[in-house]
Amino acid sequence: MAKALNPDIGIIGNFVGATGRNNVNAYPSLSLQESEVSFQAIVDPYARADFFLAVGEEGIEVEEGYVTFPALPGNFLLKAGKMRSTFTRVNTFHNHTLPWIDRPMVQFNLMGGSLDEADVGIKEAGLSLSRILPAPIFLEATAELFRGDSGSLFHASRRSDVSNVFHLRSYGDLTESTNLEIGGSYARGHNDVGSDFITHLTGLDATLRWKPLRRAIYRSFSARSEFVWSRRQEDATTQRAFGFFASAEYQLARRWFTGARVDWAERARNASQHDSAESVVLTYWPSEFSQIRGQLRRTRYAEGQTANEFLFQFLFTMGAHGAHPF
Amino acid sequence: MNRQNAGFIQFAVAILVGLWWCLAPGSAAFAKNLNVMTSTEDLASLAREVGGQHATVESIARGYQDPHYVEAKPSFLLKLQKADLLVVVGLGLEIGWLPPLITQSRNARIQMSGGGYLDASTAAAILEKPSGPVTRAMGDVHPLGNPHYWLDPENGRRIAKAIAEKFAQLDPEDAAYFEQRYQDFERRLQEADKRWLEAMAPLKGTEVITYHNSWPSFTDHFGLRVGGFVEPKPGIPPSPAHTLEVINQIKKDQIKLILVEPYFDLKTPKAIAAQTGAQVLVMLPSVGGVPEVANYLQLFDYNIRLLKGALAGQK
Repeated sequence: MAKALNPDIGIIGNFVGATGRNNVNAYPSLSLQESEVSFQAIVDPYARADFFLAVGEEGIEVEEGYVTFPALPGNFLLKAGKMRSTFTRVNTFHNHTLPWIDRPMVQFNLMGGSLDEADVGIKEAGLSLSRILPAPIFLEATAELFRGDSGSLFHASRRSDVSNVFHLRSYGDLTESTNLEIGGSYARGHNDVGSDFITHLTGLDATLRWKPLRRAIYRSFSARSEFVWSRRQEDATTQRAFGFFASAEYQLARRWFTGARVDWAERARNASQHDSAESVVLTYWPSEFSQIRGQLRRTRYAEGQTANEFLFQFLFTMGAHGAHPF
Repeated sequence: MNRQNAGFIQFAVAILVGLWWCLAPGSAAFAKNLNVMTSTEDLASLAREVGGQHATVESIARGYQDPHYVEAKPSFLLKLQKADLLVVVGLGLEIGWLPPLITQSRNARIQMSGGGYLDASTAAAILEKPSGPVTRAMGDVHPLGNPHYWLDPENGRRIAKAIAEKFAQLDPEDAAYFEQRYQDFERRLQEADKRWLEAMAPLKGTEVITYHNSWPSFTDHFGLRVGGFVEPKPGIPPSPAHTLEVINQIKKDQIKLILVEPYFDLKTPKAIAAQTGAQVLVMLPSVGGVPEVANYLQLFDYNIRLLKGALAGQK
């Protein structure tokens, strides 16, 4: 009986390798980059809890750990804990659900990446409240309040230096097989120059998906793009930087996926510099529970260097069968 | 404005705006007419049989779709948000897509703990519950038993009864109506089952190959035998070595039929058929697999007509 009440436990191993030369921001040659251990359970009739621990070679970090109250009055959904923010779509993805091995450059350059901390994006302790708005299409509004410490993006010197994120997500079925999702995001937090200095982020994301229902396990296509504008106040100036990525993924057969991504992003702390990259990706699924992926990436850094790299990845799942991300 | 508190104030304003939206229409009020969502079209058909004019029923998955792999589209949330009842197949069939839809529906009624959640498998007789340890070396096995249990008409009756009882709980005023609808459905199902069993009697013991292990409830009820599967293991696509084994088995056992669900590629089954002379039949595991199969009784009519026709043609 005790076993029946245990949370669902899953482990996703994420083994990443890299070859080629990169003198600016290099992956290690071989690493068990970040495996994810998940514990998920219904807490009581009013709440469920989800924990995702990122287990790397250097230690364990809480990737996400939150309680969700799905049955609040007024059709609200409240989450409390540490979580990936809804600022743009890709920020909410866990590493193993990305359609690439790496995260897009715009996340690294504008959303808190640094050479010391490769794992980027807004993920923090806080509260997230969302509601589906009454509208003819699907429209969901989310408001989030965080502590204000997120990688190199936000830094809370005082307790009141909180950050917040707002996200509006719209979705429509164009046909039975095709749908379009467009989202707008805004984030604001204090930066590491000091309490009086704010970084504002504005984001726009769009995803077009096609999957014919009768052949859903054999064919699919998705195209996505995200644009981020950063405005970072500093002592004397304000750095205004912009970045985007655009990518597409096509499923050739039940087990084969191919994709490409283009990146271009200025740097949040020095907007006069920009980096760019192109990638092609090939993915093979031996089964629903494992994945082998290769990614060829050419990166042109602002320093004038070009890095040609081949990244490869083995993903393998043990235990509970998590839901597929949409 | 004090800059320190700007973050808190922005957040509070957003919450107030949210509360204002809350007052706008959109919260589902309990209706006399039950608003029912089901995960599959088979459950929707059974719910319509007993719900009649006092239930509006819609399925998330389409009948021609693989029910293991349905996309958790946000548009389903709009429908789930207003549902009084959600009926699911259970046994892990929908585990890849339904749980996030339920959580994000913001509908207390259809949460697992709510009064408007019905797992139909709790009412049905389930086959193939593993007795020993289960590992993924066996493929995508369902540790709680085979989830395609609605393909036994006896289970169809049991599910309909469970749905009728649930309807009566949610709408006690119409309990007698639901009971009468259920009795009527049970009578029609029994008559039809008698007819189906008679039609299938000459085929008793016929051995078939199926693509996925979707049919044990059907074959058990109608006396067919499943000799093997096109998939080497559940959820694993056909491999050349396994395909060769299937070809040899068909030749050895003189198996005449390969049953394929409508969402699988016909390439491998057709290649096997070409090598062996067996016939490929696209059988429907669900209502709505083709437009003319609009309800639960028509699903069996269609599949049995197909089986009879195929074997008659071979004689």
